[in-house]
Amino acid sequence: MLRVCWKGAHAAARQCVCGKVKAHPLQLCRRYSTAGDSGSTAGKIVAASLLTVGGGLGGTILYAKWDPKFRANVEKSVPYSDQLFEMALGPPPPPLVTLQKKPGKIEPLQISSLSEASKESKQPKAKAKKSDPAPVEAPAAVEEAPAPTPQTLKEASAEAAHIISAIGEVPSVPAPGTSDESPPGHTAADEECKDHHEPVLKERPAEEVTARLAQQDKAEQDALAALTAGLEESLGSTAKTTLQAIGAQEAALTAIAAHTNKLKEAMDSQTPPDEKSSQWKALNEALSERTRAMEEAEEALLKAKGELENLSGVINSSKQSKINTARPQILAAEENLHSMIVDLDKVVTKVQTAQTEAKIVSQYSELVNEAKAQFQQELANITPEIQANWKRLSGKLSADDLNSLIAHAHRRIDQLNRELAEQRVREQIHIEVALEQQKLEDQKALERAVVSALEHSREDMRLEQEKKAQEVREVMEAEMRTQLRRQAAAHTDHLRDVLKVQEQELREEAQEILNSKMMEQETHYRRLTQEQLDTFTLDMNAAYARLKGIEEAIDSHVIAEEEARKAHQLWLSVEALNYTLKSAGADFPTEPLEGAVGVIKENCAGNEFAQALATAIPEESLSRGIYSEASLRARFFDIRRLARRVALIDETRNSLYQYFLSYLQSVLLFEREQVAPPAKLAPEDLDTFKLLAYANYSIERGDLELAAKFVNQLRGESQRVAQDWLKEARLTLETKQVISLLSAYANAVGLGTTQAP
Amino acid sequence: MSEKELGQKWDRCLADCAVKFGTGLGLGIVFSVVFFKRRTWPIVFGTGLGLGMAYSNCQNDLRSRYVLHSKYFSFEQK
Repeated sequence: MLRVCWKGAHAAARQCVCGKVKAHPLQLCRRYSTAGDSGSTAGKIVAASLLTVGGGLGGTILYAKWDPKFRANVEKSVPYSDQLFEMALGPPPPPLVTLQKKPGKIEPLQISSLSEASKESKQPKAKAKKSDPAPVEAPAAVEEAPAPTPQTLKEASAEAAHIISAIGEVPSVPAPGTSDESPPGHTAADEECKDHHEPVLKERPAEEVTARLAQQDKAEQDALAALTAGLEESLGSTAKTTLQAIGAQEAALTAIAAHTNKLKEAMDSQTPPDEKSSQWKALNEALSERTRAMEEAEEALLKAKGELENLSGVINSSKQSKINTARPQILAAEENLHSMIVDLDKVVTKVQTAQTEAKIVSQYSELVNEAKAQFQQELANITPEIQANWKRLSGKLSADDLNSLIAHAHRRIDQLNRELAEQRVREQIHIEVALEQQKLEDQKALERAVVSALEHSREDMRLEQEKKAQEVREVMEAEMRTQLRRQAAAHTDHLRDVLKVQEQELREEAQEILNSKMMEQETHYRRLTQEQLDTFTLDMNAAYARLKGIEEAIDSHVIAEEEARKAHQLWLSVEALNYTLKSAGADFPTEPLEGAVGVIKENCAGNEFAQALATAIPEESLSRGIYSEASLRARFFDIRRLARRVALIDETRNSLYQYFLSYLQSVLLFEREQVAPPAKLAPEDLDTFKLLAYANYSIERGDLELAAKFVNQLRGESQRVAQDWLKEARLTLETKQVISLLSAYANAVGLGTTQAP
Repeated sequence: MSEKELGQKWDRCLADCAVKFGTGLGLGIVFSVVFFKRRTWPIVFGTGLGLGMAYSNCQNDLRSRYVLHSKYFSFEQK
């Protein structure tokens, strides 16, 4: 079999060698064959790698340009990439700052605009009644605070307007000293409101208010009296003058009428001639009378107009004094004024119509006179001599004169006929012209009349309106008074209720306090009694406890003595065991420890701990005994020598050649025999020689346990060699440990049971 | 004692070696004289054989603790 093996080995060796020889030329060939291509492939490889690297770099830079996050990541991870990026792309973009300021900014803007909107909405709502601006502002402020989310401007303003309107509806006490008047204009009310926003309204004390009210009333009264006096005076004077003017106008009217009548009479040529002159005289008188009356009328009219203007001025000034109670008087005065003006105008128009009539009549009379004069002149021309004796013509006319007269008369008749015809034609035209003139004049008169009528009606309406307003105001005043009275009544009721409630509350409080005090006193008394009881029971308990304690102490004394006796016995038996340990010789073990251990077991029958310990002593030591430390030490030297010799032998290395090598190693290796072991064992300390050195050191110092630990770490053949020694060492150590425990225990028990003197 | 075991093994080894060497030598001489016309080579061969056997035995003896014994088991999976 050996031969077969040997042959096989030879064959394998040969193959190996041949194989090696065969491989070489191929390798050489390969090297020779690839020598030429190696340069180009190397170049290709270099080029490819450069390309890849460049591509990667370029791609990274491009992507970093596009994605700043990626750029940040790369800069963080790769050390100098940030410089590269800065060079290639420029500085990194700044990080986005969250716009948290904007919502904050929006809110104050909205709130300020809200207040503005509320202010704006306040203005249009400002009425003649003055509402307190303070409550208006407070709800506006309240509105601002609980608005967490920014509302739109419209919503906020609408809400503010609602609130303000709601407040405006509430009837509030008008501030004293201000009269309610229809505001002259929008701006005045705005100014008033604005003025009262700034200063804070303070509540004036009641007496001051009443004093002020009284003062203001008095002042009002005085002003009113003055005003009424002035008004009446002016009214009286104006009425007088107006009446005078009217009288004058009417006188003028009558004069004009008389004059025109007289003139008409004079025109009629049916009166005898001698009466004519008187007629004419009367006419002249009438004319002069008329002119005089007209002048008087004019004067009176002017005066009346002046007085009327005066009166209107006084009325306006009294209007501006703004006294409430004078209004009806002012109204009456205005009415009077208006009626006077109306009457005056009527009379004036009458006079004017009369005047136009008179003009027409006078024109007519003039025309007639003219015609008459003309006729006379013609007649005189034709018959000059007859003319002087026109009145005596009745019987002295000759035939020639008669014929000439008749011819003249005929001629005259023809002429007159022609003239008549002409006149008829002209009459038409004249009539048309006159009609047109009349139309114009009528139109003018109409216009004037219309204008004056319009003005009169306007005045009427205005007066009516003012009267109505006055009535309404009075009604409102009365209503407000009733409401105020109602409010006062409600206030007194409320006060009464509140007082009742308060009384109730106070009474209850007092009752509660009384109850609580009573309870306190009771609890105090109870506590005191309880305390007394407690102290008594405590004393009793204490006395009883002491009695019990005394009894227990006596009992425990007895027990303690018993314990002490037992402990003493235990100790004695443990000492006996220790003594037996000393019976070990140099090379043979001690006596078997059975006897001593048996004694111990007897002695500590009731003690579990000692029993356990006694049973924990290994069997071997009981039956055979243990070796002493000294013998183990001696044995250790042999072990050490042997272990060093077979240090290299283990499962893998165990041929004779290895044995030889191991022996050689042990001979040639120079080291310290004893080396202090370190606190911690490192893996390189697990070398056989080192371990043996540590163990040697420990055993020389008397530390068998540590030496055993080190020996336990041996491996391989060394371990097998030291096996028995280790077993013995373990045994000894165990037994010694148990015995020392027992003796310690016995000592402890003995100490525990000794009583202090 | 475990430390004495090694010594005992070595003693056996040496004894065995001596015996085998002697036996090998003797047999070699015998064979050389009887069959091979007093050539040297059988003696040497015999000695070598003897020494080899002794060496092998010694090695096995020293190795005996570390050798793994295996057995073939065939069992069916159920």
